[in-house]
Amino acid sequence: MPATIKIPNALRQFANGQVEFDTAAPTVGQALAELTLEHSDLTPHLYRNGSELRNFINVYLNDEDIRHLQGLDSPLKDTDVISLVPSIAGGSGQGEGSLWICLALGF
Amino acid sequence: MIRFSRQHIEAIKKHGERDYPHECCGLLIGMVLEQGDKRVFETYPISNAREEEHKRNRFLIRPEELLRGERYAQERELDVVGFYHSHPDCEAIPSQYDLDHAWPTYSYIIVSVREGRANQLGSWKLEPDRSRFNGEEIQCCLENFKPPELF
Repeated sequence: MPATIKIPNALRQFANGQVEFDTAAPTVGQALAELTLEHSDLTPHLYRNGSELRNFINVYLNDEDIRHLQGLDSPLKDTDVISLVPSIAGGSGQGEGSLWICLALGF
Repeated sequence: MIRFSRQHIEAIKKHGERDYPHECCGLLIGMVLEQGDKRVFETYPISNAREEEHKRNRFLIRPEELLRGERYAQERELDVVGFYHSHPDCEAIPSQYDLDHAWPTYSYIIVSVREGRANQLGSWKLEPDRSRFNGEEIQCCLENFKPPELF
């Protein structure tokens, strides 16, 4: 039985509504690469600049954050489960000279 | 469109005022209706997990807090449909940092809190290609209103 990536609710619309993605990839990084190759619309939500995993995405291998393992090089075995769990972040950036995005439409 | 009761709007504003001059944050618990409209049944305050020195202009909801909120919602056969946070002494519009860290599908409520008093409040959704936020209409009880006319 292959390893499985659990696709979070918020991203399923970019994966044809799929809840899970099975993979025989040898590492977590390669499994995610397979996922985005199959569903390219996921790429901008998972990666910055096409290759750097966004810092608000936490990748768990079974119940362990991959930062505490070997990161994207963490090896996979059959029946492993990869979960993508967001951190929710934001803020005004007031006082940091942030650029305001002000694009409400139709109001 | 996202639908709230006045009570929920007031709860978000009060949270923003209580945490001023820091940013507050929390979850919106509810359900997605037909055509993607959302109905909020509960607000779920969360302690801003950013470091003390950054709480004035940043917020963070840790993944374990989000998972806890999701479990809470699922026990009630509901979902996390969005998030709220405050902008102390700033407009209720998303910053570049908000845009960089946003997730699709969810609604993002921002309340402006000036000198400790909450005023403007708006809802925003990320464009699927991540290029920008779009304003989302808010319906509150019997009264319809839209994001603040800042534009």
